[in-house]
Amino acid sequence: MRGRAVVMTLYLLFLLLPIYWLVNMSLKTNTEITSGLTLWPETITFDNYVKIFTDASWYSGYINSLTYVAINTVLSISLALPAAYAFSRYRFLGDKHLFFWLLSNRMAPPAVFALPFFNLYSAVGLFDTPWAVALAHCLFNVPLAVWILEGFMSGVPREIDETAAIDGYSFPRFFIKIFMPLIASGIGVAAFFCFMFSWVELLLARTLTSVDAKPIAATMTRTVSAAGMDWGLLAAAGVLTIVPGALVIWFVRNYIAKGFALGRV
Amino acid sequence: MNKTVNQKAWFLVLPVFVVVAFSAIVPLMTVVNYSVQDTFGNNQFFWNGVGWFQELLDPSTELGGRFFDALWRNLAFSAVILAIEIPLGIVVALSMPRHGWTVAFSLVVMALPLLIPWNVVGTIWQVFARGDIGLLGWVVNHLGVAYNYVLDPASAWITIVVMDVWHWTSLVALLCYAGLKSIPDAYYQAARIDGASRLAVFTTIQLPKMRRVLLIAVLLRFMDSFMIYTEPFVLTGGGPGNATTYVSIDLVKLALGQFDLGKAAAMSIVYNLVILAVCWVFYTVMVNADAEKKEVEA
Amino acid sequence: MARIVLDELAHSYKPGPKGPQDYALKRIDHVWRQGGAYALLGPSGCGKTTLLNIISGLVVPTEGRILFDDRDVTRLPTEARNIAQVFQFPVVYDTMTVRENLAFPLKNRRVEASVVRRRVEEIARLLGLSRVLDRRANNLTADMKQKISLGRGLVRPDVAAILFDEPLTVIDPHLKWQLRSTLKEIHRELDLTMIYVTHDQTEALTFADEVVVMYDGAVVQTGTPDALFERPEHTFVGHFIGSPGMNVLPCTVEGTTARVDGQTIPLAGAYPDLPQGRRIELGVRPEFTTLAAKGAGLPVRVKRIDDLGRVRIARVDLGGRPFAATVPEGVAVDGDEASVILDPTRVHIYADGHLVAALPAGATAA
Repeated sequence: MRGRAVVMTLYLLFLLLPIYWLVNMSLKTNTEITSGLTLWPETITFDNYVKIFTDASWYSGYINSLTYVAINTVLSISLALPAAYAFSRYRFLGDKHLFFWLLSNRMAPPAVFALPFFNLYSAVGLFDTPWAVALAHCLFNVPLAVWILEGFMSGVPREIDETAAIDGYSFPRFFIKIFMPLIASGIGVAAFFCFMFSWVELLLARTLTSVDAKPIAATMTRTVSAAGMDWGLLAAAGVLTIVPGALVIWFVRNYIAKGFALGRV
Repeated sequence: MNKTVNQKAWFLVLPVFVVVAFSAIVPLMTVVNYSVQDTFGNNQFFWNGVGWFQELLDPSTELGGRFFDALWRNLAFSAVILAIEIPLGIVVALSMPRHGWTVAFSLVVMALPLLIPWNVVGTIWQVFARGDIGLLGWVVNHLGVAYNYVLDPASAWITIVVMDVWHWTSLVALLCYAGLKSIPDAYYQAARIDGASRLAVFTTIQLPKMRRVLLIAVLLRFMDSFMIYTEPFVLTGGGPGNATTYVSIDLVKLALGQFDLGKAAAMSIVYNLVILAVCWVFYTVMVNADAEKKEVEA
Repeated sequence: MARIVLDELAHSYKPGPKGPQDYALKRIDHVWRQGGAYALLGPSGCGKTTLLNIISGLVVPTEGRILFDDRDVTRLPTEARNIAQVFQFPVVYDTMTVRENLAFPLKNRRVEASVVRRRVEEIARLLGLSRVLDRRANNLTADMKQKISLGRGLVRPDVAAILFDEPLTVIDPHLKWQLRSTLKEIHRELDLTMIYVTHDQTEALTFADEVVVMYDGAVVQTGTPDALFERPEHTFVGHFIGSPGMNVLPCTVEGTTARVDGQTIPLAGAYPDLPQGRRIELGVRPEFTTLAAKGAGLPVRVKRIDDLGRVRIARVDLGGRPFAATVPEGVAVDGDEASVILDPTRVHIYADGHLVAALPAGATAA
């Protein structure tokens, strides 16, 4: 018992320390940061945060990020739902190969796609819009959503479908009115992971945007200026990128174990 | 469950197929196209056949040399990561509190690193490991260890490994935790009655029940560490020298930095094929394991 | 081999229990004889699993002691008690063969390999597992798996008692009977104390020499199946055992008669010491109540007659309350008017659910 608590405490401490350090730095002035190591801010300042919230070039980064993450999540789930249903219920020509091919895209290195995506989205005029990033992230999020949803749907007995058909439900009505509520938790889990992977990805997001749709994570490189690093500002921006994730986790904390229990991430 | 054969199901899959094909096949065709051409700039391309591939797969050339260096470096990195994160993840999962508010607290803290944008992960460790303003770097330096991840390759390597352990061990732990949660209490009670030692409980009950999630954990950790880009790019930029230049970093340098499109494209294809092969092996093992399980249940 | 004594045992899952409602298991004193076949019978949530877990050592009771042959084991861990347990869902170690499963408890106790081998084969023969000894355990059917979990208990030569926690739940109906007779056979052959937890009265009554009936965290009656049937000590036992259950009617008692809705019912004895202000009820089993023509006894209205094969049971209405009575051979009921006759020696009086002993009729004069 004691040993377990010690392991857990040490591990959580290991996870929290770097984050604490970032928060600590974000509340310090640059003078304090560079003048010597202090374990907590001697004078707490919110200037770094104020700057981010008042400068449009900063806070628009957050809006851009959240925009493409939201588009991607909605898009991925709505595309994946019918496909997952097909995979969980029917056999059709090439189903297994198709399923593997989809999954293999989850495993494709974004670095491979960065340049071709740049060409592709420039050619179709989507470059530097949230849509470019949202579509690009579909590459790995759609297969993921299909995989997760298929797992949940396989757990719903086929008899439900048949009963609904006998009761005279049309397929779309059955799907929306009866089937989707049954796999609501599955949709939640899939949405969570779509949000997560779209939110944390940067390589594609940065490659496919320049000014108008620049994600917050890319904006952060601006803290390197001629006058040296603005550490406090960098830290504050970092802290703010952690907040949306932390909020989402807080809301789904009771479902985390269940979502992972599927073993389909 | 016996699935019925229904070719119309293709219509349900079609939207996904179109979107993913647009995102995957069109770019891949571009890549293939580049990989067989050479350019002198100004958008003038000419046929180069398998020239780039020959060069890439020959370690004695400049291109082949750097590719294989990056490949071995990356494989070594993945091996180290797996060797640390899998056992550590299992230990953490076994150490999870059983009930009370500490369960939710631990879960939230553990999931936190997973939802931090990858470049911010790099930034956090960039700051945390610095000798002047970072807690870790400062402490290690004051313990008398010469540590500087910007100048010293060993330090850079260790920092990236620690960073990755920080970032991803929770994923393994959460997967294992979910696997452990699905074991009914009766198993533990039976094991106690049978006089099983802690080790025997682990090897006879917990490990077999975690087999599937562990397989997935290994697959995901292998894939993601083999594709790692953003975090080391932010932290070290692939340096010092090429000490932490993994395949993705090298690829992006080649493609977006030097605009060596032909070479980069050839490298992309080989890189992708390596990943695909590994992915296929895992997938087959997993599907077989599932089929075996279903057969037993039937 | 052991006699198990529960000494003023009680358990609460809440820390610092205040009233009786906080106890999952109310105070209990009981002796399980060496070699007895016991059933612990009660509905879900009555505390029987808690009691079982206290005996096996998975739960430490908040109060009282538990003795194995006068040795206090209250705080001993499970592995230090000579107990085996078979759970509701079969527990087998799926990566092992049947042989390895059976050998597991012995291996853990570092028993010599040749002894293990002999013992495993002996137990496998007893349970009919010899044919599958070298198969993987997780490929077998549920009843086979239950036999394996039982076998893991039986292989230990020192085992004092085997606890069964609703072991037939997941077994196919036609195999239940077979497995139960295997259990009885093993009980006869090995002289083990067996405690069988169930909520199924048929399982309990066919398995056990003595049945312990639990209700709401307390033991309400301990006795042979016959005693439970003929003299239920609590109205719950009357309801729970027997099909249909005992008829229970609120009544008042005067001398050697009981009054139910103005009707008088003769009793075999008197109850001069009935406590005041309690709920007084009369209980009689349908088996000891006969349906007769109108006017012969208490007037009733017949609602329907169920043919249970061996007997016919009339479902009647007695002063607005449902009541069941046996329909004797040759009695024909025309119309719905009839009457019931109660055997006075089989009528019991209950105060707040608990049986009140009667004084013989002759003793009441004083």
